[in-house]
Amino acid sequence: MPDVLVEAAGLVKRYPPRDRHGSPFTAVDGIDFTLRRGESFGFLGPNGAGKSSTMRMIACVSPPTAGTLRVLGLNPLTQGRQIRARLGVVPQDDALDRELTVLENLLIYGRYFGLPKSTIAARSAHLLEFAQLAERGRDRVDALSGGMRRRLTIARSLINEPEMLLLDEPTTGLDPQARHVLWDRLFRLKQQGVSLILTTHYMDEAEQLCDRLIVMDKGRIVAQGSPAELIAAHSTREVLELRFGIGEQDKAVAKLRDAAIRDRLEELPDRVLWYTAEGEAALAIVHQVGLRPVTAMVRRASLEDVFLALTGRTLVD
Amino acid sequence: MATADPMALRAYQYWILRYRRTWRGTVVISIANPLLFLVAIGVGLGRLIAPDSATLGGVDYLAFFAPGILAAAAMQNGIVEAAFPVAVNRGPGGAYPVAAGTPLEPEDILHGHLLFMASRVTLSAAVFVAVMVAFGAAHSPLVLLALPAAALTAMAFALPSAAWAVTLPDVRPVNGIFKWVVMPLYLFSGTFFAVEQLPSVVRPLVYATPLWHGVDLCRALSLGTVSWPLAAVHVGYLGALCCLGYLVARRTYRRHLHA
Repeated sequence: MPDVLVEAAGLVKRYPPRDRHGSPFTAVDGIDFTLRRGESFGFLGPNGAGKSSTMRMIACVSPPTAGTLRVLGLNPLTQGRQIRARLGVVPQDDALDRELTVLENLLIYGRYFGLPKSTIAARSAHLLEFAQLAERGRDRVDALSGGMRRRLTIARSLINEPEMLLLDEPTTGLDPQARHVLWDRLFRLKQQGVSLILTTHYMDEAEQLCDRLIVMDKGRIVAQGSPAELIAAHSTREVLELRFGIGEQDKAVAKLRDAAIRDRLEELPDRVLWYTAEGEAALAIVHQVGLRPVTAMVRRASLEDVFLALTGRTLVD
Repeated sequence: MATADPMALRAYQYWILRYRRTWRGTVVISIANPLLFLVAIGVGLGRLIAPDSATLGGVDYLAFFAPGILAAAAMQNGIVEAAFPVAVNRGPGGAYPVAAGTPLEPEDILHGHLLFMASRVTLSAAVFVAVMVAFGAAHSPLVLLALPAAALTAMAFALPSAAWAVTLPDVRPVNGIFKWVVMPLYLFSGTFFAVEQLPSVVRPLVYATPLWHGVDLCRALSLGTVSWPLAAVHVGYLGALCCLGYLVARRTYRRHLHA
């Protein structure tokens, strides 16, 4: 088995114009990355960063416009069938057949892979157990909650015992409890040796599930590394978050700039972030210069701060 | 581990499984509707029409009308079975993108769905032909060949419809097809009255429409008045439409499922 799962060099995806007056749209603008077996990866970025287009190319349902791409050591342009046979895909919009039952959905998907019915039946029982849906096999998908449907989609994607699992925004649209159940299931898969490749714009998700992150913005890779590496390289250890009264932020920032000579300040519409090694010390300075913020909070730097430092924008608008 | 069945059959199995859940809803539009037309117009209204009318070729109205409505219903079934399901299933959440993520190629997805469309339109036409025979509306044993003729007519509409529908961002434009294509063809392709009754300037227009070829072919077979060279022209015309639709569909399916 090859050690490299996915290898991309100068990868470009350009879509043709939507109409005669439009211009072609470049979703992925020349990216290089290598994903190795045994690690889990996250493509992190805001909407429109090119994450989903990259995933579609890896999933062999979207031919690259330029550059080279190898998936599981094979060429997606000529060996898409063989590659897809070894992948699991969890699309963002579950795409389950709601008129069919839970088991029928698994049966159809297994048949697409050419699995015999007996194999599908045996694996389905096991997978529904894993997805905590063992009692729901004969129910119509219509009757399931959003979290259950997402777990069923993950169970379905495992029917061919894939070597890697592609998840597009796996917990978008789910409530917090459903997200934690899902993370727990994905974490178990990871421990069983399935490589996860996911896109997300949630920091906590990336920190929970990914060994390595590729941060994308406007079709390009702006940074990559482990969550800890990215924070160390692109942020300070701590962050002081300050909120000021309405209309007072501008004046306060001017004062802060004089006080925080060597540190970076980030102004957001509703708050000011002071990147510093010592949050409490910075807060003492804030009080010393006579500022009275409405709220002040010292916290550890997160991937959100990394993204802000790299792109000047927040991840979720 | 994987079985060796052709890829298209794997896609076909999905539609069959789905159909086992949804067939009741399809009976009304694909079988009951044309049968109601057959009874109301063919038997009911037909009694008011002189049976030896020369324009009808000397047969009673039911015998004239039944093969016409067989072909017209086949056209409608062909479009219903292709345009709507394809437009609905091509997009996010539909069956096509799901299948495209598996070893199936866009062509396999197309072939599996076409196989299902062909099964559906053949089944509906078979029921209709059986009822025609039961009503005594068929005059020749050649009516058995009207079944493949009707299926061919249906696919001549289904294939171009599928090729077009896979490019649609939503299902709305499909309704336009029923208003602007299905209705006029249904009424003016020799289904309800002979084309010879139309003004001579309009006739060439009718002869150019695919439904007229289907109607004339089914009628000649049902009445036993078939001229084989003309039948060959009809089959050639409808067959050419199928081939053209298929070739375009291969392109549009690949372009849209592997965007």
